[in-house]
Amino acid sequence: MRRRLLLLAAAAALGAVAFSGDRFWLQFLGKAMIGSILAMSLDLLVGFTGLVSLAHSAFFGLAAYLLAGLTNRFDLVNPVVTLPLCVAFAAACALVIGWLSLRATGVYFIMVTLAFTQMLFYLFNDSPALGGSDGLYVKTRPIEGRAAAYVAIWAAVVLVYLLLSRLLRAPYGRVLEGIRGNDQRMRSLGYPTRRYKLVAFVIAGALAGLAGYLDATLYGFVNPAQLGWRQSGLILVTVLLGGRGTLYGPALGALLLAFIEHYGERVTDHWNALIAALVIAVVLFLPRGLAGLVQGTPRA
Amino acid sequence: MTLSRRALLGAAACSSLLARRLFSATPAKLRIGLLLPYSGTYAALGHNITDAMKLAASEHGGKLGGREVEWVAVDDESDPAKAPANVNKLIAGEKVDILTGPVHSGVAMAMMQIVRQENVLTVVTNAGAQAVTGTLCAPHVFRTSFSNWQTSYPCADVMLKDGRKKAVLMFWNYSFGQESMAAFKEGYAKGGGTIVKEIAVPFPTTEFQANLSEIASLKPDAVFVFFAGAGAAKFVKDYADAGLRDRVALYGSGFLTEGVLAAQGAAAEGIKTTLHYADALDNPANRKFREAFKKATNREADVYAVAGYDTVNVLAQALEKVKGDTGAHSELIAALESARIDSPRGRFRFSKTHNPIQDVYLRQVRGGREAVVGVAMKDAEDPGAGCKMGK
Amino acid sequence: MSLSLFVLQVVNGLEYGLLLFLVASGLTLVFGVLGVLNFAHGSFYMLGAYLAWWLSERTGSLLVAILVAIPAMVVIGLAVERLAIARLYARDHLSQVLLTYGLVLLFNELQRALWGNDVHGVSTPRALAWTMHLGETQTWPAWRAFTALACVGIGVAMRQIVLKTRFGMRVRAGASNAEMVEALGIDVRRLFAILFSAGTALAGLAGMLAAPLTTVYPGMGESVLILSFVVVVIGGIGSIKGAFFGALLVGLADTFGKVLLPGFASAIVYAVMAAVLLWRPRGLLGPAFEGR
Repeated sequence: MRRRLLLLAAAAALGAVAFSGDRFWLQFLGKAMIGSILAMSLDLLVGFTGLVSLAHSAFFGLAAYLLAGLTNRFDLVNPVVTLPLCVAFAAACALVIGWLSLRATGVYFIMVTLAFTQMLFYLFNDSPALGGSDGLYVKTRPIEGRAAAYVAIWAAVVLVYLLLSRLLRAPYGRVLEGIRGNDQRMRSLGYPTRRYKLVAFVIAGALAGLAGYLDATLYGFVNPAQLGWRQSGLILVTVLLGGRGTLYGPALGALLLAFIEHYGERVTDHWNALIAALVIAVVLFLPRGLAGLVQGTPRA
Repeated sequence: MTLSRRALLGAAACSSLLARRLFSATPAKLRIGLLLPYSGTYAALGHNITDAMKLAASEHGGKLGGREVEWVAVDDESDPAKAPANVNKLIAGEKVDILTGPVHSGVAMAMMQIVRQENVLTVVTNAGAQAVTGTLCAPHVFRTSFSNWQTSYPCADVMLKDGRKKAVLMFWNYSFGQESMAAFKEGYAKGGGTIVKEIAVPFPTTEFQANLSEIASLKPDAVFVFFAGAGAAKFVKDYADAGLRDRVALYGSGFLTEGVLAAQGAAAEGIKTTLHYADALDNPANRKFREAFKKATNREADVYAVAGYDTVNVLAQALEKVKGDTGAHSELIAALESARIDSPRGRFRFSKTHNPIQDVYLRQVRGGREAVVGVAMKDAEDPGAGCKMGK
Repeated sequence: MSLSLFVLQVVNGLEYGLLLFLVASGLTLVFGVLGVLNFAHGSFYMLGAYLAWWLSERTGSLLVAILVAIPAMVVIGLAVERLAIARLYARDHLSQVLLTYGLVLLFNELQRALWGNDVHGVSTPRALAWTMHLGETQTWPAWRAFTALACVGIGVAMRQIVLKTRFGMRVRAGASNAEMVEALGIDVRRLFAILFSAGTALAGLAGMLAAPLTTVYPGMGESVLILSFVVVVIGGIGSIKGAFFGALLVGLADTFGKVLLPGFASAIVYAVMAAVLLWRPRGLLGPAFEGR
């Protein structure tokens, strides 16, 4: 119950900000909510399926780059066309990369996803035709106006949460949790586990693409740094700090981290030490992440 | 529940707005935003620029145009992925009057995207990306440092005059390196030089052995390179270790030796570079600046510090004319455009595209120190290709 | 490419690979036996390099600096293991990743506070400050050769210890089945502590040997960290022999990639890793246990 109240309150408060019209908070919270989408969708893999992927940032970046390409080269701006195209592109890339990567398991799986992420990073970073290390502008944005973009992001977060919680309660979600618990057993029960995992990978990739699309819309700027493994690492850290295996943990964790980063930097020059202390403290004392602070929480 | 939340939030937003209004009604401080790296690879540059800015401000009694200066610094970590959020924080969140920075050109591109839609006066203190005073130029954007073109184009002439007509180019494969090489090639081709090979090295790797063996086998007259910081330190050492230093002359844009000469040691001996500044420049402004910087920070000043120092000095000059009124936008811009700055690098002024018109010096490492050999290009002015302003 | 240049590039690739091996060997040991994915391994490399610089500035000799710094690294390793890592053996990989990520941030701050942000050069010991000719066009610093030899020597010694000694037998047993080792009455806690500090010291030593070649600078640990993970995974987690061949493969791929496929140079190492893992999903010489 506590969890539901917390989520409702957060959603309502975030929605209300749209009416404030303050440009700083619109962009700041918009960015933070994009982080929530990324964290929730990665948690579908990490927390619920037991797959640790470092390719999440790649799908985010691929969708963002496609949007830049569509608007700049082909004058395709209308979100009714560009949004499905970009998300579908991210999903298709996730299908290919996932299909290949899922041959490996455990740490080897992590490293294969890292390999693909890095190859894509260098593809964009080293080719001047694709914007090179300076990145690209999205010259005309699909959603004009800060408040409108903000509302779109807010709606996306709510929808992603509802979609994922629905999915996880469905039989499909139960199978995923079974796979996380014991892949071998699920296979001997007759489930084609690799196909289940691949579907989860594609859904997560598509949602990361959605986040990338929204980010490029919010700022009108795409850069290879958004694609690199470091960003994937940061999303993973968000999931772990927030509390993997819950949806609200990573979602709220992303918001909380954004605030800590924003205010922490003012408090101390060595604010990275602050983050380090936070990370270490959470690992040692809150094994279930920040979600562990909200008591009485069943899964998802 | 929902309603009261909303009401509460609205009230909070209003009161913070009100507080800000009331606060700024008192004799307003001049808020200068610093978007600079204070951690990561470029941290040393960020600190030097910042300290030099503060030094210049204190020389003006802590006031510019009669307004007390307040610094708002954000660590940009040289991360373009975080750049839009950081710029937003400074412009919309902190409501700075003037925005300065950054070091990294990817961060600069993100900054330009936002700044071009805002009316906040912006002074670029390091990033040399051509676009800043080229295709993306804007009336309220100035640069006090350099364009990549300025650091490399003049070196072509220097090499040709030394009789080196066959060159290998080697550079870090990102925009800074690519733009430096394009500028060099432009000048080198004009003077009749031929480029034997271009070697792009992934940024920021510092493993050069394979490419050094390649150069050794190609036997060119000279090598022109772009590397900076730790990569520059390692490259120069590897180049000497491979026995190439005495066989194939090494040239570069000044960043090859800037700030890393001590780390390079004897390996750097004899290297010729071009840059708009040199530690050893013999003019009163430079002597005074270097002494004051050393006293204030206990570190040696460098080209990065000079850009920070000049930024505040040129702002002081312009703000004096408008009596500190940053709202008087066009007057302030006009004042900057007509400013003449007596900088440690020598006198400079802004071009039509708002990039410095400045002398580029030829420097050579002699006895472990950077000696000024002469002026490689007098009043070097960036072509500002693609800029539609002021033409 | 002429034959002599080809040979030269092979030497370059092997030499680069050997140094990577030294960093990766400690990583694979800790990973394979303790089951800990240690992101702070790169920080230990950086720490070693900074200690080599700082101590050799003070003592005037790199060799003295190394002799002092190795025990220091062992102590650091023991402290980190006791205070942080040891609390997490029972938990899963991801908690360990998060913890060691926190340590990376902490060590970066430490470096910033203690030694600042400048780039520093480290001079080689005078006895090894000469160069040898390599083909007719190029020379090679003796320190490079010395480093390569040292890496080979350490690799051989590690193999001997793991295969031939009582301690090595426990290590191998620990790698395959920790519970059984405990049942045999071996103090696993002690074994793990020793191994972790050995891994720390190996990373530090690699940093010390590399310092004169790479110069010392902030963030130097991170690029090495990722490459060592690549090496460990290509070789197969826990296998020192695998790490050796993986490192040489990465060194050669990187070297020839830069020369033959310059447009693709940055991605080549990752392409090699992806190819190896798609072919053999547990690395070249990976052990049988899953998930590690």
